[in-house]
Amino acid sequence: MFIELSDVDLVYGSGKSKKTLADDTLAVRSASLSIADGEFVAIVGPSGCGKSTLLKVIAGLARPSRGIVRVGGEDVVHPLKTVGMAFQNATLLPWRNVRDNVLLPLEIVEPHRSRQKQDRQKNFERANELLAKVGLSGFADKMPWQLSGGMQQRAQLCRALIHEPSILMLDEPFAALDAFTREELWGVLQELWSFRKCTIILVTHELREAAFLADTVHIMSARPGRVVRSRTVDIPRPRTLAATFEPGFVELVHDLRHHIHSEAVS
Amino acid sequence: MSNETLERLAPWCAAAVFIALWWVIVVVFDIKSFVLPTPSETVAALFAYRYALLINGLATLGTTLLGFALAVVFGFTLGIVVGSSRLIYSALYPLLVGFNSVPKAALVPVFVIWFGAGTVPAVITAFMLSFFPIVANIATAFATIEPELLEVMRSLGASRRDMTVKIGIPRSLPFFFASLKIAVTLAFVGSVIAEIVAGNAGIGNIMLIASSSFNIPLVFAALVVVSVMGIGMYAIFDFAERRMTSWSMRGMGMMQQAGGG
Repeated sequence: MFIELSDVDLVYGSGKSKKTLADDTLAVRSASLSIADGEFVAIVGPSGCGKSTLLKVIAGLARPSRGIVRVGGEDVVHPLKTVGMAFQNATLLPWRNVRDNVLLPLEIVEPHRSRQKQDRQKNFERANELLAKVGLSGFADKMPWQLSGGMQQRAQLCRALIHEPSILMLDEPFAALDAFTREELWGVLQELWSFRKCTIILVTHELREAAFLADTVHIMSARPGRVVRSRTVDIPRPRTLAATFEPGFVELVHDLRHHIHSEAVS
Repeated sequence: MSNETLERLAPWCAAAVFIALWWVIVVVFDIKSFVLPTPSETVAALFAYRYALLINGLATLGTTLLGFALAVVFGFTLGIVVGSSRLIYSALYPLLVGFNSVPKAALVPVFVIWFGAGTVPAVITAFMLSFFPIVANIATAFATIEPELLEVMRSLGASRRDMTVKIGIPRSLPFFFASLKIAVTLAFVGSVIAEIVAGNAGIGNIMLIASSSFNIPLVFAALVVVSVMGIGMYAIFDFAERRMTSWSMRGMGMMQQAGGG
């Protein structure tokens, strides 16, 4: 497996306090999860169940109090450098235009960083190409505030992908968008993923979103969170919005909802 | 008249109204000129003492800008340090607030004992008054960087220096310029106070000599010189702010567009 979590605990806060490990100080408890290389997984669960924390653990941004985290066969002890991230807030830098925002990772990640000067033109085109793929050609020179929320999210996806990370982490990236824009962006994301076969971990509240996009949907329990159930989605790709109205899909979403409800109650 | 011209004329109108009001009050209540001179007496003094005011005005300007420049360098650096680490923030911030609450005017005699009368105490007082707003603003800008943005940077393997250069400093520029505009006016207050208490040159010194000989029109003329210098420096930083941080002022830009159309 490409990404493996086994029996991971994470204490909320510093993780160094000597308090007893009562359940309410734990964000995640004995969580186990494995993700294959190039797989698209979604993590769903009741709110506050530690979904985002799990992302941070995999990315090496938070150290688990107990348990093992492995990515590509190696223990995660430092922040991984092969990760792209996108959040609910687009967090674009307001002083840079869209293209320069997308190019930010190339100014930091090696080997691009030391080749910035000679690759300038190439990177420029690379950013334009990526922006075109998400439907933002012609907006490269605009400032972020000139873009709508949906467009900002498209730009954020480009920023997360420009350095060709092996893992893309999406923390409710479409949660603040209206339903039409959101469904449109599902299609954009699916297409991006078909070009760049990276591993995608999507944290979401939206069960239809999880079912539409993911190969596997992992359901987490209420806090302290752990993965209680995993469901593979075998709808053939590329999936269309029409497929979301088929009985199989509807049934799948109902099933996911049922599990989450029973988790939230218990 | 378009809104734009009106906006441009507004500050001059306000100043004219202020001067007229001043004049009317002096005339109506028949106030003696050694209590409150009329604007015309002030202008006359401004003209009569123009060389003394020019030379001493430049001295004050030099002192102020030296203290202010030290405050910018020191304040910017300390602001980054304080804003970048929560530990340092909680350690130093109370100290800074306490330090800032000390009445600086009361410290001038102490500076005179340490450094002698003259320029040095004035530079130090200007520095002391103006560095705090800069530290506070830069520290706030750094401490309020969105955590998601820091996560994006960390997941790319960015060093602390990368975060400061790529995110922290550009993001803090609007805060920085806002603080410069406050700080430079405070720097004038600081240097003039020190010159009054222990100067042998400068606008403050002129004010001290003039008031001890009841030449109140000259005191007011000196005040006008300080105000004009303060407004001038403010305008320079305001211009620089518009040029360098236009991205943060889109609301203003839209306001102007709406006004023009």
